[in-house]
Amino acid sequence: MPDGVGRPLLKVNNVYVSFGALQALLGVSLEIYPGEIFAIIGPNGAGKTTLINVISGVYHPSPGEVFFEGKERTFMPPHHVAALGIARTFQNVALFKGMTTLDNLMVGRHLQMRSGLFASGVYWGWGQKEEIAHRKVVEDVIDFLEIEAIRKAPAGMLPYGLQKRVELGRALAAEPKLLLLDEPMAGMNLEEKEDIARFILDANEERGTTICLIEHDMGVVMDISDRILVLDYGRKIAEGAPEEIRSNPEVIKAYLGAHGKK
Amino acid sequence: MSETLLFALELTISGLLVGLMYSLVALGFVLIYKASGVFNFAQGDMTFLAALALASFVVKIPLWISLIVVLAIMLILAMAVERIVLKPLVARPPLVLFMATIGVAFFLQGLAQGIWGTQPRGLELGLADQTYDVAGMFISNMDILGAVVAGILLIALVWFFQKTKTGRALRAVSDDHEAALAVGIPLRKAWGITWAIAGIVAIVAGALWGSRVGVQASLALLALKALPVLIIGGIDSIPGAILGGLIIGAAENLAEGLIGPAVGGGIKNFFPYLLALIVLAVRPYGLFGREIIERV
Repeated sequence: MPDGVGRPLLKVNNVYVSFGALQALLGVSLEIYPGEIFAIIGPNGAGKTTLINVISGVYHPSPGEVFFEGKERTFMPPHHVAALGIARTFQNVALFKGMTTLDNLMVGRHLQMRSGLFASGVYWGWGQKEEIAHRKVVEDVIDFLEIEAIRKAPAGMLPYGLQKRVELGRALAAEPKLLLLDEPMAGMNLEEKEDIARFILDANEERGTTICLIEHDMGVVMDISDRILVLDYGRKIAEGAPEEIRSNPEVIKAYLGAHGKK
Repeated sequence: MSETLLFALELTISGLLVGLMYSLVALGFVLIYKASGVFNFAQGDMTFLAALALASFVVKIPLWISLIVVLAIMLILAMAVERIVLKPLVARPPLVLFMATIGVAFFLQGLAQGIWGTQPRGLELGLADQTYDVAGMFISNMDILGAVVAGILLIALVWFFQKTKTGRALRAVSDDHEAALAVGIPLRKAWGITWAIAGIVAIVAGALWGSRVGVQASLALLALKALPVLIIGGIDSIPGAILGGLIIGAAENLAEGLIGPAVGGGIKNFFPYLLALIVLAVRPYGLFGREIIERV
């Protein structure tokens, strides 16, 4: 994995976000390079999700800048950010609950589909051909995540662990350049966590997806990440490879120490 | 076949035919509710506006040109509602949006009557009212026409929502706004399309109902007829709206024909609401509505 070499895919520069009197982010900067797994960790309320929301365009920083592939996109709305090739999942699963697993993943490809109503209605053949091509990509993701058995099941009826997996599938179906995962393993048991960790690593290695994730489980983060950024009270207190983070006294004080782990 | 059974069958068939047209009105509500979580109070007045515009054009220019003109009016209206009313209210509670649609309803009522006057009008679609004798049952050609047109539109809408990219995107928006944005679906465009579809439904409903009962302000009250349909079918279900309309159509006709004479008649108008009350007591989410389980 290229650690800090070449041109960054994403660059967040000196970002501030506040909600009324609450300062959620105070001058955070980061760079994510193509092909790496980048983790953001920190105690509850440190500003991790806010940072993901800045990257995905839900919040806009003031001041601060966000660059993607060298172009500034600080104030872009979320659906335009998605069009740049940034897909995401949500902390508390945001699936299309009334739709099947298959349809959820197909919606994930929304931006890749060219034929609108007109093409699928009038140019029947062409629209159908395109639909089949997209189905193939989606079926590959379904195979990859081992969710064949629930293809036709309404997403809202699935158990929580599988919902998380379908949400990951929807993001992967977009074939994103950058994949943002907000606590992909929250609320899962050990076995489910291991599955998701394997999918994240495979997505990174086999599919070449650059990944930025937030996760609470320190063990998993240390195992799968190339680089880690630690937030505390909206500030970056450390950044580096897992070994450096593990031995950083400030991190131990702010985060690990509080949990008495490792 | 006994007399009564034949009579009941006749009542059921003509009820189902009218029922499809109830489904159509209800569908306008369901579409907007699904896409934006708003009960669109203006749906009845959109129907009235479409019917009144059509009635005033059709006496001067051919029917098909009139339909195109009215279609253009409804599309412009949908865009205007999105720009002027919905855009400033993004992310407000549903009640605020509901109040806004009440405002739209009164505006449309006034606009339509300001332009075309308050006189009730007839709407001639160039079809003489006839009644056919089918195996001893009397069936009106207007009922059949209405049912066929409503049926075609319903099938087209179901196809659109299930099979096309845009339809799938609209369903996604109705399920989760945040996630829809995250996969790149622009919310405002989706809302504009939804209101445009509701406008098209209003044209068809307005034309069919206007030609049956005449075009006057009370046509907007047709929306009230959609309420029991929505309660029975569930406000967030397209199949629910279709079946709810059929149930109401058949039930009110049967009630009037079979129970009516025993209690002095005139029960057709309130029977649907009675039915809706029973459904509310037994299944508050409607027969097909999605049950919402909330943590407390």
